[in-house]
Amino acid sequence: MNFSWISSYWPLLLTGAWQTVSLLVISVVFGFAIAIGLAFAQVSGGRLTRLLARSYCTFFRGTPLLIQLWLLYYGVGSLLPMVPGIRQSLFWPILREGFFFAAVSFTLNYAAYEAEVLRGALLAVPKGELEAGRAFGLSPWKLVRRIWLPRAIRIALPTIAGEIVMQLKATPLAFTVTVMDLYAVANKVRQDTLLVYEPLLVVTFFYLALTAVIARVFRGLEAQVPVRR
Amino acid sequence: MATTQQGILDLLSPYPPGWGGVLLTGAVSTVAISACAFAIGLLLGTGGALGKLSGNRALRLLLDLYTTTIRAVPELILIVGLYYAGTDGLNRLLAALDLPPINVNGFVAAVAVLGFVQGAYMTEVLRGAILAIPIGQIDAAKAFGMGPMLRFRRVLLPALLPNALPGLANLWMSVTKDSALVAVVGYQELALATRLAGASTKHYFVFFLASALLYLAITLVSNVAFKLIEARVRRGQPRLA
Repeated sequence: MNFSWISSYWPLLLTGAWQTVSLLVISVVFGFAIAIGLAFAQVSGGRLTRLLARSYCTFFRGTPLLIQLWLLYYGVGSLLPMVPGIRQSLFWPILREGFFFAAVSFTLNYAAYEAEVLRGALLAVPKGELEAGRAFGLSPWKLVRRIWLPRAIRIALPTIAGEIVMQLKATPLAFTVTVMDLYAVANKVRQDTLLVYEPLLVVTFFYLALTAVIARVFRGLEAQVPVRR
Repeated sequence: MATTQQGILDLLSPYPPGWGGVLLTGAVSTVAISACAFAIGLLLGTGGALGKLSGNRALRLLLDLYTTTIRAVPELILIVGLYYAGTDGLNRLLAALDLPPINVNGFVAAVAVLGFVQGAYMTEVLRGAILAIPIGQIDAAKAFGMGPMLRFRRVLLPALLPNALPGLANLWMSVTKDSALVAVVGYQELALATRLAGASTKHYFVFFLASALLYLAITLVSNVAFKLIEARVRRGQPRLA
């Protein structure tokens, strides 16, 4: 075991960790927002919205994330430059980056998985609580905001923690589209120094630490929720 | 758009100028890798679950280490790490035995690595399924004088299958998708075949969409298959709700 490379690679490791964390946070935050819409579309939407939301979830849960990522990066990415004027636009420096495509595909993928979790949780909210809300004269929007969604999120909290960890474990795929995340750093160290296991071990340690942090945060969140048994 | 329409059919045609054949071969090897890995995972998982429940402390500690590590580390890192560690370890072993080093076949490596990963998840699924069997049934089998093997075959297995099947179905779905990750270590299955097809024709979008649909088809067909199997293993059980 030779860890002397760390002294010269630690700035790179930090950027990698930063990229991994930002990918995770971006995809979880935006994915969750989309998931709320998808879950409500499935639970209380009309026939068409329900069908659309269902097909979205089936597609993104039924195909590998790697393929979705490559479809976006190589597929859409190779079509984008043909859009007139896009190269001159303000967004081009972002649209050119692998990071953008990774963030978008992870977000869409996370949304599909999370929507299923939320759908179950929305259906698990006791009916009486919704009826009580309606009896109080809450408008549908207020009912969702004050009772239905918060209750569902509390029910789903342990599962959400699991989903976020799964998402963290999916982020290394970003290295295949030139994102310099933690895993890509390990790869680079391997190419530079021909050490195979040491960089993987160090990076794995980072992932485990992040998992521990996520578990911690959610344990704290769950403790915030008053439960009466 | 009329020309692209024609173009798409040409691109996906199963005969050599088109890449449909390559994609289909890739899909077949994806299914083959997944099926073999799933089978290995079942073996490891059964062993692991029985080991964890056997009450042997050292064995349980070892198996806990196995399942916890595998489930905590990102799949891609596991696959790359195990791929190198496996081939390297094998060749060192061969060198120690004074045998010439061998080049590990990509298929074998992919199956071994994915099977090893699946085994950890299966251990937990099967352990839960065994724990959910009413203990009286096992006691009854013991009282009848069944040996451990017979008990496993006649009582444990039929009783645990209904409990384990949903979890096993999930694992099958995840192994078909995880098998895309072996593209990263360079074995040609569907994902890599797609990238090759895309790279050589520059029609990335068409090919990735096509292969996404192939994966989706695999998922949907397996969904139906698992529903049928579940109906079969649950035969004779009272229906809930």
